Amino acid sequence: MGYKTVIGLEIHAELSTETKMFCSCTNAFGGEANTHCCPVCMGLPGALPVLNKKAVEYAIKAGIAFNTKINTKTRMDRKNYFYADLVKGYQISQDTIPLCGEGYTEIEIEEGTKRVNLQRIHIEEDTGKLTHTMDGDTLIDYNRAGVPLIEIVTKPDMNTPEEARLFLEKLRATLKYIEVSDVKMEEGSLRCDVNINVVDTETGLKTNITEIKNLNSFRGAVKAMEYEEKRHIDTLKQGQNTLKETRRWDEVKGETISMREKGDTADYRFAADGDLAAIEIPEEWVNEIRNSMPELPHHKKERFVKEYALSEYDAGVLTASKALAMFFEDTVKLLDDPKLVSNWVMGDVLRRLKDDDVEIEDTKLSPKDLSQLIALVKSEKINNNTGKKVLKEIFDTGKDPETIVKEKGLIQISDESQVREIVEKVLEDNKQSIEDYKSGKDRALGFLVGQVMKISRGKANPQLANKMILDIIKEKY
Amino acid sequence: MDITKLTAIETKEIIKKRELSVKELIGSYLDKIDSVDKEINAFITLNREEALKNAEKLDKKIKNGQSLGALGGLPIGIKDNIVTKDLKTTCGSKMLENFIPPYDGKVVEKIKKEDGIILGKLNLDEFAMGSSTETSYFGETKNPINMEMVPGGSSGGSAAAVKAGEVLLSLGTDTGGSTRQPAAFCDVVGIKPSYGLVSRYGIVSLANTLDTVGVLGKDVEDAAFFLSTLTGFDPLDSTSSESAKGETIRESIVNKNDINTIKGMKVGLPKEFFQTEIDKGISREVNKAIKILESLGAEIEEISMPYLEYSLAVYHVIVAAEISSNLARFDGIRYGHRSEDYNTLDELYINSRTEALGEEVKRRIMFGTYYLSKSNANSHYERALKIRRLIKEDFDRAFGKYDILLSPTSPILPFKFGEKMTNPLSMYKADLFTVPVNLGGLCAMSIPCGYENGLPVGLQIIGDRFKEANIIKAGLALEGGLKNGI
Repeated sequence: MGYKTVIGLEIHAELSTETKMFCSCTNAFGGEANTHCCPVCMGLPGALPVLNKKAVEYAIKAGIAFNTKINTKTRMDRKNYFYADLVKGYQISQDTIPLCGEGYTEIEIEEGTKRVNLQRIHIEEDTGKLTHTMDGDTLIDYNRAGVPLIEIVTKPDMNTPEEARLFLEKLRATLKYIEVSDVKMEEGSLRCDVNINVVDTETGLKTNITEIKNLNSFRGAVKAMEYEEKRHIDTLKQGQNTLKETRRWDEVKGETISMREKGDTADYRFAADGDLAAIEIPEEWVNEIRNSMPELPHHKKERFVKEYALSEYDAGVLTASKALAMFFEDTVKLLDDPKLVSNWVMGDVLRRLKDDDVEIEDTKLSPKDLSQLIALVKSEKINNNTGKKVLKEIFDTGKDPETIVKEKGLIQISDESQVREIVEKVLEDNKQSIEDYKSGKDRALGFLVGQVMKISRGKANPQLANKMILDIIKEKY
Repeated sequence: MDITKLTAIETKEIIKKRELSVKELIGSYLDKIDSVDKEINAFITLNREEALKNAEKLDKKIKNGQSLGALGGLPIGIKDNIVTKDLKTTCGSKMLENFIPPYDGKVVEKIKKEDGIILGKLNLDEFAMGSSTETSYFGETKNPINMEMVPGGSSGGSAAAVKAGEVLLSLGTDTGGSTRQPAAFCDVVGIKPSYGLVSRYGIVSLANTLDTVGVLGKDVEDAAFFLSTLTGFDPLDSTSSESAKGETIRESIVNKNDINTIKGMKVGLPKEFFQTEIDKGISREVNKAIKILESLGAEIEEISMPYLEYSLAVYHVIVAAEISSNLARFDGIRYGHRSEDYNTLDELYINSRTEALGEEVKRRIMFGTYYLSKSNANSHYERALKIRRLIKEDFDRAFGKYDILLSPTSPILPFKFGEKMTNPLSMYKADLFTVPVNLGGLCAMSIPCGYENGLPVGLQIIGDRFKEANIIKAGLALEGGLKNGI
């Protein structure tokens, strides 16, 4: 017996425009309650909305990034309902004609690349924020009222919570990449609702769709989906069906709790908002926006593979963050050896970033530093291990590699007579190891090289030392 | 001499020549208000202290040799659904009984900038819903022509205040005739400009795709001059027009004494209007006015506009639908009346709105909610929008051939208080000729053209969108003709 899980997502992302969607109030997060407000975003009598062109532009960028159709003629509609966080008794949103129609994006799952289709992306205004106090009062902060949002609705194309997570990661990375949203779940600038149900693949029986709300992190979302997936399967196993309902994820209890049953869906009495003229999106404008957009991660990855002859995997890692990709390219510009630069970035640089939990732009390492460092190693002025130490020193002090090498006297000893002197001394002192080597114990050679490095305080050219040990053993012993 | 008998243009001259200080002028008007408004009740809020203070400021300006703005010192009243900074704006409703806006509407800002003196806020039907000013929470306004009669509405306070000499100029609003019909009932001139000519920023929405500001004055020149100071594109109103300019209006006033201005003007008489039931006295006076225009050289023809007969039905659906959404913000949460009797959020909404909104307002909200609901939107709201387009096309065809169209402003004369309150449908009919103009986004003027049993009759002159100059030319010509007994 098998079960197939069906997941669709609705994501709200706040657009990081300077000002709100319909007035000139600041769109900055936080601030003292009810200070980022004016007659328009407070819905005072007589005040009228004026559409923020930047918000439309940002939404179009998102549309382009997710390969959607951009509707050339669209409009704003009123979604009528009463709630304390809603200032006008209606939310200005989009109903029948969203700004962006169908689109898609791709995620990498174990079986390969999977396409997740989008139903639409539309623009709308955010509401205020309610805080319930311990003594039963409700406080309202309207700073968030009128902040521009995009709502992204996927088709039910994801079949595991993991796929949903991958999609959310992709979505977050993309929105951040094209710089239209801060995508911070903890600040509420990215919010996600899940629609989930399960199909019995043998009988074709389906459970009713559950909508999960109150998801504050990707991890929480995955846990909630896993919980619901199991609950739906268990229900089917018992020969029953789930209710069509909205449930809330309780992070502490680790379970979903029913909020309300969905009878007939609410009647929002949608109608065009006559305060705002019909919106026309000229094709030239869309093209202008398209051309002004940064290269998208998947395009960049393809280019890295082609242009720098990197593996798919390496290109993927390097392009996951815009800053890292730029750092890599800037370094390659100074040192034309993409493979070598990639090895350094993917290895010691990334490890360091991970250890310190920082982004490349927040460190003291510049592309110029790294290119110099690699050049020093490449020209055998310092050896590989010394290079790693120098890198650490750059991260810590911000000094350039040449200076560090000079100050610490780290220049590699490649002078044959100098190395020979050390090697001869080491062999003299370790006769037993020579014997071991001769009798076939290869490890003994490594020990001898190590001794040479130790005596030279790491500065001897290890390849040279290696070769010389072998030569002298052959000659003398 | 009773200074309040002069027109705005005449008063401006007197101030300019320094025959009278602004403070004396404003003082005279405040005296007039004190003596007549107890009975007429045109004002909801009087702005006495502020008005006197501003008058003194202007006098100082004059003394310093500075020139005043276009409305320099003129006493002006503002309908109480237009927001005024720091001055109570009630919309004639208990809901906003104590609401003091923190900002000025665009038109108010313009009046202040042009040195107009705001004397106060004028009475109206609650949230401008009505044709008699009887639904106001602050009592009915009397018609200065005959105190037993309604002043019309919803801008009844604005029309009565001008007629009674309490203000020189007043602002109304017009969604389906709310400026023109009271102008006709109170024997003054009222102009409803084209949709988009004057900013709506700060006008409390009734039906936002139809609402415009309206201006009222003693004669055509006053009203037209006042309008010319209020026009222009406003970046805060997305529906205001880039082509909204006052120049053509001012030009049309300049030639007011040229008797030839309407020679050859093409005038259409929509037969669908004249075939409806119209008071006999109104028909007679309107026909006389048409004859006068003809004798001044206008070319009059009857035309047919088949979709006009659906205007009232279409208007009713659109207005109610938009009202139900526009008035949702009055929920008792952030401002306005909040019931003391509630335990839940829903109870707060329901009880606050039940207590603070009047019958007519509730009726229209309910209708509108019904028309927009999922199961009815197609058959009602969407269909109304389609017929609205057909009506607009009727007008487009008419204005392809004619410069102006004529009709009575109202099919009925001013009526007695309470006469139509029990029958909303008969009240709605008072807007029969004015409503189509709003549906088409056009401009129109109501101009006094005679009397029946001592009650005034208004002629409506309709012009194409942004062709205010045509209706003003025709209005000036008719006014001159009537004065000279043509």
